[in-house]
Amino acid sequence: MSSEKQQQRRERIDRGIKVRTGGIYALMSWRELAYLISPRLLLIAGLLLLPLVMPGMYWKRVISIVCIYALLALAFDFLAHFVGLVSLGGAFFVGVGGYLSALLNTKMGLSPLVCVPGAALMGGVICTLMLMPCLPLRGVYFAIVTLMYPLFLARVIEALDILGGTDGIMGIDSFPNPWLEQYFVISVVLVFLFVLRRLVNTDLGLVLRAVKDNDQAVKASAMNITHYKAMAVFIASSIGCLAGACLVHIYMWAGISTFALDFSVLPIAATVIGGSGTLVGPLIGCLILVPVSELLRDFGTLRIVFYSLILLAFIVFRSEGLMIYGQRKYHQLERWKAI
Amino acid sequence: MEGHMKAEPILEVREVTKTFGGIIALNRLSFDVFRGEILGIIGPNGSGKTTVVNCITGFIKPTAGRVLFRGNDITAKPPHKIADLGVTRTFQIMRPYYSLPAYKNLVIPLFSPRARRTGGWRGGGRMGDRNTVGIDILEEIGFERDSYVPYKTTSTLPTGYLKRLELARCLALKPEMILCDEVFSGLSMSEIASMVPLIERLQMDGITLIMIEHRLRELFQVANRVMVLNFGEKLVEGSAEEVMTDPRVREAYFGSEEVEEVMTHA
Repeated sequence: MSSEKQQQRRERIDRGIKVRTGGIYALMSWRELAYLISPRLLLIAGLLLLPLVMPGMYWKRVISIVCIYALLALAFDFLAHFVGLVSLGGAFFVGVGGYLSALLNTKMGLSPLVCVPGAALMGGVICTLMLMPCLPLRGVYFAIVTLMYPLFLARVIEALDILGGTDGIMGIDSFPNPWLEQYFVISVVLVFLFVLRRLVNTDLGLVLRAVKDNDQAVKASAMNITHYKAMAVFIASSIGCLAGACLVHIYMWAGISTFALDFSVLPIAATVIGGSGTLVGPLIGCLILVPVSELLRDFGTLRIVFYSLILLAFIVFRSEGLMIYGQRKYHQLERWKAI
Repeated sequence: MEGHMKAEPILEVREVTKTFGGIIALNRLSFDVFRGEILGIIGPNGSGKTTVVNCITGFIKPTAGRVLFRGNDITAKPPHKIADLGVTRTFQIMRPYYSLPAYKNLVIPLFSPRARRTGGWRGGGRMGDRNTVGIDILEEIGFERDSYVPYKTTSTLPTGYLKRLELARCLALKPEMILCDEVFSGLSMSEIASMVPLIERLQMDGITLIMIEHRLRELFQVANRVMVLNFGEKLVEGSAEEVMTDPRVREAYFGSEEVEEVMTHA
């Protein structure tokens, strides 16, 4: 078998329709238009239909949680793949955003629909300021500091017994109704997916990618890399804080567990499974991982074991990520060719 | 060349010292660069040539001493501020953005505040603009515009183009000075032959150049003055001929075939 394989190599060719739709010709044929639009439409329509097809409150809630994690994964993928900052700060962003929204709601009596964007913006500013000291540095420092802050803040709240201490902040308003909650988080995910995909292809996005590629050359190009890193961290942490704010309004409670490391780790796993650098991939990863984790609840203690095995299987068999694999299959023909 | 030079120096290096631990990389080095000239810096390996570039452009801070650009102290400034004043550099080990197409490399310097201020291009924010200006600059620096070369992914380009890309990044900033760290090294004879007129044209455009080189013969073609470094100290400074006939230079370069060859021809 091996001798036969050695005589051949796998050849990948772009499909004709892919080559044609690269140009303006796509506008001239419905078939080519459909080739471009249908995957995107499938994603948007699929997400919008999800709340309708989900049986019961429990699974509807799972969809909201999927979206929360998807926002975090999107922020992670943006920072890691397009700016070169590996962030373990999911928990940090969720905690800051969550507590801020809880305070805005309980202390100032604002509606959740005002609290959430407010907490996202304020949280973005706070997180960026707190991460500022490690932005001029290269290497693992950013990862370490983003991992440290949620642990630090959780212990501060516990030790000083502020912000409700270990009991957390209770009596937070939920979204006006469950449908609004569902469609709010889903549309937020779709909007940020769209915005980030556009952003990374603008000239500003190119500068961010250049910071990842080669920060010395960006310095030599008369640009302050700390400034651009801060801008990217603000975008990512705002998205993370928005996710956290939504979460506390869904649970109607903000506590120390919003700083749980799940919020840092699961988005990374979802990004790896979905395909890093695609921005859609992390969303798909979350759509798989979060429901799987819920389904595995039946196994009790063994849940984590099965969960790890599934993760491992993905990493071994599809290490490139589902989205990258899918894109390749969609755009290219593969065949074995004799050499 | 005399016509380009004015009496006042554009860059003054004053008693610059840099130590790495116990090693003295630069020892109280002082020199001037005059507007419009090409200053060549040569020296054996480890004599501190690249450290000079790093100290001037802010990539490392001198332990002592000062660097003045047009009379202003730039010693404590970070690299991007110094580049913003128009003092740009190339890297000896090329630092392009390998994952981008060649012309996209120039979108980044063209996005900088300095390029927005000084750019002759229609400064608007439209996306297409920086791409076309980038391709213009690449053409100026020797990329064939109508070929596929400017559009190729940078990681697939040969060294000659990468060296040009380094210069192009400087040009995108409309620089006053370019510090070239070995732009000839690693190039074939024919590539160097096409690079020399390019350097001469930069000078005619009024850009002051400091060139660090190992390729002495080509350097002497373009340089107005040459400075020789040895163990972080200035050995000799003067015209190419003066430098090459100096016995101390012969001693420092002892054993180097190229120097022997150049000197016997001088």
